[in-house]
Amino acid sequence: MNRNDFPMLNQNIIYFDNGATTLKPKCVIDAMSDYYTNYSANAHRGDYDISYKVDVAYENARKNVAEFINADREEVVFTSGTTESLNMIVSGFFANLLEPGDEVLITRSEHASNVLPWFRLAKTNGIIIKYIELNDHYEVTMESLLSSFTNRTKVVSLAHATNVVGDVRPIKEIAKFVHANDAFLVVDGAQSVPHMKTDVKYLDCDFLAFSLHKMCGPTGVGVLYGKKELLESLIPTNLGGGMNESFDSIDEVVLKELPLRLEAGTQNIAGVIGASSAIDYLNSIGIDNIHAREVELKNYLVSKLERIDHVNIVNPYGESGIVAFTVDDVFAQDVAYYLNKYHICVRAGNHCAKILKNEIGVKNTVRISLYFYNTKEEIDKLVSLLSDKERIIREMI
Amino acid sequence: MDNNMKREIILDNYSHPTNKTSDGTEGYIKVNSNSESCIDNIDLYIKIEDNIIKDIKFDGEACAISTASTSIMIKNMIGSTIDEAMSMIENFDNMLNEREYDDTNLNEAIVFDETYKQGNRKTCVTLPYTGIKKVLESYKK
Repeated sequence: MNRNDFPMLNQNIIYFDNGATTLKPKCVIDAMSDYYTNYSANAHRGDYDISYKVDVAYENARKNVAEFINADREEVVFTSGTTESLNMIVSGFFANLLEPGDEVLITRSEHASNVLPWFRLAKTNGIIIKYIELNDHYEVTMESLLSSFTNRTKVVSLAHATNVVGDVRPIKEIAKFVHANDAFLVVDGAQSVPHMKTDVKYLDCDFLAFSLHKMCGPTGVGVLYGKKELLESLIPTNLGGGMNESFDSIDEVVLKELPLRLEAGTQNIAGVIGASSAIDYLNSIGIDNIHAREVELKNYLVSKLERIDHVNIVNPYGESGIVAFTVDDVFAQDVAYYLNKYHICVRAGNHCAKILKNEIGVKNTVRISLYFYNTKEEIDKLVSLLSDKERIIREMI
Repeated sequence: MDNNMKREIILDNYSHPTNKTSDGTEGYIKVNSNSESCIDNIDLYIKIEDNIIKDIKFDGEACAISTASTSIMIKNMIGSTIDEAMSMIENFDNMLNEREYDDTNLNEAIVFDETYKQGNRKTCVTLPYTGIKKVLESYKK
């Protein structure tokens, strides 16, 4: 699907590492190049024509992103990525709210970015981190959430789709329960927003974080979405230009309205413009079509891999394009090196989910993460290379 | 040495690595060596007496190249003095970085003489050397 839009695909590679980052369509590259070539000025300083043009492009990008997730414009803050968004949520909002003994629920399949900020808060604020138990398919169920939830639980922080197992959590249902019990729901959307319809009003999450580079956009741009009333009390981690209204002395600092208050300093303008182009691009294909295509490819891949005895799939279930597996007697990195000889790009390792190993019983896996531009022919080539174990061992070095 | 021969030596050391165990390492100096760019992670156990490396064992998870390189390094270093081991490390490093090196005492380590062509495998090959160098340097002080 749409393969001609991606210059990287002219290189005769098979790119299966979309969970790490996606390839960029030419329109995104062109949009950024256009900014640098034709109106390379700073934003929010509209004293001359090209600067005004930047202002318009930057704020249009915000509107574009807001519409993509059905948020209001002032609820969309540009960051450098999911990691920064989650860190801002934890250290700018929850650090000021949570008290010693308050509980935060996460799972063992969260990405480091949704674990380590909470770990630090446990050290500094004395909050308690608890893990929602995963079922046999490494999924979060409402039953397991309920059994971990106590009257001290103040936050539930979960990936919508996880980056190793690829399971999709019932966020809407979780939000309903969490709110009925006076707690907050933080959603890490890094692996979900690029792949499925995400409507923050429908889901009713309090915060959502995601990265544009995982959805055909440039690196270095992320989004922090928060319900307006919550963002109002998020204390800016960065202070400086562009986020203050006026300052005369320590006691006379007036900050700007949302969302500019949370975007100190010159922003990643080219990136944001590229991000907006990526959103346009995804809209032109249709996020539902993208999702359907990925599920089709994943089911195809799983059905093929299941026929190979020495391949063990960690997560044959789940409605996302992520498949993690091991090969009997071969170290995950060696599988990746072997595939690399045939220009197939896959990721090997623990995929930043370092506490998941206790759940799935293996430390390192090979991960295939698909996007809409992958094809069944690419999967066939992968499967054929994996089907002969002796060949893998012979050629992995 | 042709590539098939090299592959055989590497595979042999990977399938039957020298001293891959942490058993019986009481009194050994332990050092962890892991790579930031990949998932190799090994513990080396070194026994030094009278300035001589009496024994080396290792354990952990690593790719074929890394495991083979560790196994070969262990065979080469057991019985050598600290200074000899240090010069082996330097010589190996020279080979990996396209500088002049002495191929007379490399033994099986010569299988990595073309690794310099593969940037992404260099860290695999050097993993055990990085670990043992730390130990030897601090021992000398």
